[in-house]
Amino acid sequence: MSTVKAVILVGGPSRGTRFRPLSMNVPKPLFPVAGRPIIWHPIAALAKLKQVTEILLVGFFEDFVFREFLDSCSAEFPNIHFKYLREYQSLGTAGGIYHFRNEILRHSPQHIFVLHADVCCSYPLAEMLAFHEAQGRGGTIMGTRVERDDAHRYGCLVADTETNEVLHYVEKPETFISDLISCGVGVFKYSALFDTIRAALEARHQQMEEDRAYEWPSRSTETDDYDVLRLEQDVLRPLAADHQLTVYVTPSFWRQIKSAGSAIPANAAYLDQMLQSHSTALTPPSSATAGPEIVGAVSIHPSARIDPTAKIGPHVSIGPRVTVGPGVRVKNSILLDGVDIKPNSCVLNSVIGWRSKLGSWVRVEGTPVSGRHDLEAITNAGVKNQSITILGQEVVVADECIIRNCIVLPNKELRSSFHDDILM
Amino acid sequence: MKALILVGGFGTRLRPLTLTKPKPLVEFANRSMILHQIEALVKAGVTDIVLAVNYRPEVMVAVLQKYEEELGVRITFSVESEPLGTAGPLALAKDILSKDNSPFFVLNSDVICEFPFEALRDFHIQHGNEGTIVVTKVEEPSKYGVVVTKPGSTHIDRFVEKPVEFVGNRINAGIYIFNPTILDRIPLRPTSIEKEIFPGMAADSTLHCFDLEGFWMDVGQPKDFLTGTCLYLASLAKKSPEQLAPATAPYVHGGHVMVHPTARIGKDCKIGPNVVIGPNVVIGDGVRLQRCVLLDSVRVKDYAWIRSAIVGWNSTVGRWSRLEGVTVLGDDVTVAPEIYINGGFVLPHKTISSNVTEPKIIM
Repeated sequence: MSTVKAVILVGGPSRGTRFRPLSMNVPKPLFPVAGRPIIWHPIAALAKLKQVTEILLVGFFEDFVFREFLDSCSAEFPNIHFKYLREYQSLGTAGGIYHFRNEILRHSPQHIFVLHADVCCSYPLAEMLAFHEAQGRGGTIMGTRVERDDAHRYGCLVADTETNEVLHYVEKPETFISDLISCGVGVFKYSALFDTIRAALEARHQQMEEDRAYEWPSRSTETDDYDVLRLEQDVLRPLAADHQLTVYVTPSFWRQIKSAGSAIPANAAYLDQMLQSHSTALTPPSSATAGPEIVGAVSIHPSARIDPTAKIGPHVSIGPRVTVGPGVRVKNSILLDGVDIKPNSCVLNSVIGWRSKLGSWVRVEGTPVSGRHDLEAITNAGVKNQSITILGQEVVVADECIIRNCIVLPNKELRSSFHDDILM
Repeated sequence: MKALILVGGFGTRLRPLTLTKPKPLVEFANRSMILHQIEALVKAGVTDIVLAVNYRPEVMVAVLQKYEEELGVRITFSVESEPLGTAGPLALAKDILSKDNSPFFVLNSDVICEFPFEALRDFHIQHGNEGTIVVTKVEEPSKYGVVVTKPGSTHIDRFVEKPVEFVGNRINAGIYIFNPTILDRIPLRPTSIEKEIFPGMAADSTLHCFDLEGFWMDVGQPKDFLTGTCLYLASLAKKSPEQLAPATAPYVHGGHVMVHPTARIGKDCKIGPNVVIGPNVVIGDGVRLQRCVLLDSVRVKDYAWIRSAIVGWNSTVGRWSRLEGVTVLGDDVTVAPEIYINGGFVLPHKTISSNVTEPKIIM
């Protein structure tokens, strides 16, 4: 049996600004979706593969950020070794992998999974690895089909329909190339991955020498740029050109987690997957006996207290120490640790930040995200509208107020109603 | 004594409610608007009432026949074949209004106040001139026609339409008492009593004004209907608090709540101030109501929240729904659970299953 390692690219604190205000209190990869941190989901999928021996996180967060999380992963998945590799300068996605090549190649893994952390999908990794090994090429990337009008937002692939060989790869093309896109999940032969990066690096340095010879003015001071290598540009494109890249088209859901609001459809997708696999982590549907009315896929932390007259779901995650009062309705939402909701309130299509307090008859409502691409806050004549409502940490909403289509920064106290606004 | 009530046309300003019921029959504080006026007139000794209407729906005839019997009063429909304005209907009803020499009342059917007909009659008889106009004081007279009296007198000197400079703050309240001789001034054609008849009477020094005590409101459109309801409930709280729910009721918050005896209210509700709950209404648990009117047989499901709304007959508001911003539901409207409606005017028999976030009409 071949051994396999995985690298998860987690980025850094200066990334994920679109995930504000939620990223103000937790690094985005650790934000809980369907009751678990965003990066727990790919880790759990990787842990199901017997070949996987080690999972490495690569990013430029400080060292302590992932310590506690990786300790809990080690306890949950004892057969896998976990480690966080911190980049001190941003070298790009491929540059970071190359920088840590000794660490990654220790114990000689045959294949390396490379995953972007901001992906939400079903992670059919066993099927993908089997496909990759059967194809016998340098790399396999996961692909999915999107709406034709949305394709330009992604890396687009043209593939041979019979052999699945990737014939052409373009990152965010201006014109329509293909509705098949790269999902940000790949598996590579170790040699193909590092040989391609090394070749790209050598080409860069040669370019640097030439530029210096001609005293190319704009680049002469920015030598660091020559070490910045990106997975898409510098690995996938050359592999495709060498006929060494194939695409595995996922048969199931896939979406990105970019803006804070995109946590809600990701939460729904993971909860539905858990429902289909009869996961015991879900709260069972309401029975005829006492207890809150539970509809569809719902995850409630055991330490949360939910009044028996409340109605929850579908697509709701309720964190630890949350209190939900009598007659409260929660649908398609995430309630983070320590949220307190007083009687008769209603929360729809929203994220309620840590320890926020909602009064009685409060209505917090967002607009559900339609379509698969990551909908950012749509602005209309400078006014934000039509999006998931996000309350940051420790926001207080007074009795009977409605907060609709709003993003509220941490520690705000709202004493009246707001619509279609960003509240600083 | 006799009276004429100017009812007029289809009450389009109070749609969508008037798509189902003629405006005089729409319930204001659980009694039809016209009943408030008829009862006050009967109390002041009126035995003959003329309703000046542009059309005569059968449902209105039937209801008014009932009132005739209950109150011992004669009610006659005077149907205009063309709209005759505010004075023409008097000429059309000349036979009844001039059958004896006693003065008669004239009032606009959209007006709600404490109807001081007895004091008005006494004042009118005492001054002995041809007409008396009830006037009410307003904060912003520039929007109305202002009545100016001669110094130190109740004699009306002149009328100033929408004054630019402050000349006074008394406006015509749409309630009058006249001697039958006024009929000699009015031709049988479309005529405005305010613009074509009153100025001549003022010039003849035969018109007085009478100050109205208490509140006054033209409730001909939904926003004013709600404001008028608030004023009426505040007036009741002072004069007949027994008609309101006691402040000791567990659900009452801030007072001024009228609950029909046949209505049922769930537990843990918070209702008030300024709420009228009609007959056969059923309210679930944990419901919050303020500044709203629920008409006959409305159902408000658990945990709903309603402020500044008129909920039409037989309508249902779903669980966790929220109505606000002068929302008016017509007859038999269903609002699905968890819906938000802000300023929606919903026509009868509609089901609302997505949010209405900005004021608009739902056909």
